[in-house]
Amino acid sequence: MDFGLSEEQRLLAQTLGRYLEVSISPARVREIAASDEGHDAVTWRGAAELGMAGILVPEEYGGIGLGMLDAVVAAEAFGYHCAPVPFLSASMASVALAHGGSEEQKRVWLPRIARGDAGLGVAVGGHVSRREGAGIRARRRRLHGKALFAIDSTAAAGFLVATDDARVALVSRDAPGLSIEPLHTIDATRRFSELQLESVPVDGWLEGHEGLVDLLIDAGRVVLAADMLGASQRAFDLAVAYAGERKQFDRVIGSFQAVKHLCAEMAAELEPARSLLWYAAHAFDAVPEEASLVAAHAKAHLSEVGRFVVRTATEVHGGIGFTEECDAQLFFKRVGVARSLLGTPEQVRERAGVIQGWVAA
Amino acid sequence: MDFDDTREEAAFRAEARSWLEANASPLEPGETNPGLGESDDPDTIRAAQAWQAKKADAGWACITWPEAYGGRGGSPIQSVIWGQEEGKFRVPPNVFGIGLGMAGPTLMAHGSDVQQQRWLPKMLRGEEIWCQLFSEPAAGSDLAGLRTRAERDGDDWVVNGQKIWTSGAHYCKWGILVARTDPNVPKHAGLSYFVVDMESTGVEARQIRQISGGANFNEVFFTDARIPDANRISEVGNGWAVAITTLMNERASIGSGGIGGGGGVKDLIALAREVRDERGPLLENAGIRERIADYYVRTKGLQFTSYRTLTALSRGQTPGPEGSIGKLVAAKMRQDMASLALELQGLAGGTLDPSLAVQDAAWQEAYLWAPGMRIAGGTDEILRNIIAERVLRLPPEPRVDKELAFRDVPTGSQG
Repeated sequence: MDFGLSEEQRLLAQTLGRYLEVSISPARVREIAASDEGHDAVTWRGAAELGMAGILVPEEYGGIGLGMLDAVVAAEAFGYHCAPVPFLSASMASVALAHGGSEEQKRVWLPRIARGDAGLGVAVGGHVSRREGAGIRARRRRLHGKALFAIDSTAAAGFLVATDDARVALVSRDAPGLSIEPLHTIDATRRFSELQLESVPVDGWLEGHEGLVDLLIDAGRVVLAADMLGASQRAFDLAVAYAGERKQFDRVIGSFQAVKHLCAEMAAELEPARSLLWYAAHAFDAVPEEASLVAAHAKAHLSEVGRFVVRTATEVHGGIGFTEECDAQLFFKRVGVARSLLGTPEQVRERAGVIQGWVAA
Repeated sequence: MDFDDTREEAAFRAEARSWLEANASPLEPGETNPGLGESDDPDTIRAAQAWQAKKADAGWACITWPEAYGGRGGSPIQSVIWGQEEGKFRVPPNVFGIGLGMAGPTLMAHGSDVQQQRWLPKMLRGEEIWCQLFSEPAAGSDLAGLRTRAERDGDDWVVNGQKIWTSGAHYCKWGILVARTDPNVPKHAGLSYFVVDMESTGVEARQIRQISGGANFNEVFFTDARIPDANRISEVGNGWAVAITTLMNERASIGSGGIGGGGGVKDLIALAREVRDERGPLLENAGIRERIADYYVRTKGLQFTSYRTLTALSRGQTPGPEGSIGKLVAAKMRQDMASLALELQGLAGGTLDPSLAVQDAAWQEAYLWAPGMRIAGGTDEILRNIIAERVLRLPPEPRVDKELAFRDVPTGSQG
């Protein structure tokens, strides 16, 4: 048995971490968050040069062709730096194209993704939860309807759109009949849009894989869970550092048990969650019969742990934690939105319950 | 990342299994071995000793002990594999944990050659069982505040005082004892570490009845009990450092106990399928399902965390923060799970009779046992201090008693 990161994976985390440390400071995150696109093209291009944008893209299409555990290590680093880059959609699209794309679709899109060029936004929300008025119907190679919360939408050159009958369509950003309405969410480091589709022509279908929508969502859940782990870890690190320097009653507040126990509890929540996530990533590639279930578990659990940690980290900061100036808020917001993305914890656990046979579908 | 045995691990597993098949009977489906809670009667103790001796003869008694001490010199993973295989057979409970897991490694680190030769072989074979004499009525979390006195008299030490929470004192031959040998220096500096013969005059064990109904623990009273100086481990005044070695080993053995920890939550799922209300099995109730799902996921998280610890150990690395949190997280979760299990049974949850209560009243026992698990081996609060101070490097609380001579430390409690 061997359950841990490999030397290469640790090196990957270190290399990407060092790069992001320099490239995307908290000040730079704020600057990007205030921009219209909310997308750090420079950092994304640099990450692509390190191979990160194409981490799940097979080598023959210009990527480095690694596995989900490697992607999770990278996603944790992006979350740790609150990086406004489209790693989530790039991972989801890489998985979708590699498994379900035609040769031509792969040749067109995978190298673009790997280079860090404008890639594909992902609109699968209707398969996670059906909200009133949303839904995509396909008639004669044209799409009709509305997709809520298309992921990484502002800088995308096109979209992967899941239809109500669980097929995946490729749609160009400039397709006639497509209107893209950017949404303002709590977390400005990840951008979403509402897509209105009025007889939008389909560029092509991804037909090479049964159950592609589920696979796409599983991949997204694992990557997003890793992003939340990274964001939570950063909020936690900030809180521990602050507790070690802030003084009240002539003592650093981290010497008070009331405060140090909050810190210990965060550590005690984070570490088992990390182990669970590693297993989910391993299962995605190596244990297909368990992959959906553990992806759901990892997503739901990291949502809960993430919320606990970012709230507690904010609490440890006292009043300053409530200010824009304090970096902890960036991660508070990052987790705040990721928690519900690709399914709220309740929805995801419900899905897990169905897979486990605890409840009828 | 790989969950399969390596070639060496598979060979070890096959060797273990073939020895077990030749020397024990496999458990029937659904049958479990009795836990430590029912291990008090002399017949069970004798059976446990016979099994330990048999294992020792064949080299299976102590997988991780160095060969120089009669162990197998194996890896932590081999020890887990042995445990997995042995757990499939009908075997007596292991009453040797304090000796093999705590006293033994402490003697290896701090004992003289003569002391090691005297105690380790019989400890390994289970001929002599060991207990731990650390906590006192006025020294629980504040262990270094202990008051049991040991005073030099010729070649002996004369011991007076009281210990508490001593598991198995009533059937053990030897105890590891920390006592105060000098009250005129600061508290941590005035302690020494001894091995005491539990059968000697002036040592009296009284069993403590727990809220679970069992009586695994004892109070142990010392009245002019004599310990030869030859039974002192390490220097006079160095008892705290030796005690820390013991406690680190205790924590490591509790921390590695999470392997295969899925059993508890599986039983809870089975219970929620079995118990029905007018709308059907309780597992179909969304609120209940949410809570069980949370325990399921947390159990998995702890299980994979113990794999991480094992992997780090077998790669020759030091485990990170994940090594310190297992007991803190598991003890509270187990308590919450037992509580939910009782609620699922409605008023029948209060029924202790195994013929009436589901799953042989195992959940009722777990419910009554759980409060102890949050205290044993360090309370939740002490464990949080340890994580915060040793792992996260936050400063300790200011202490008024650290530099003072022990006799001058103000106290409101009687020792």
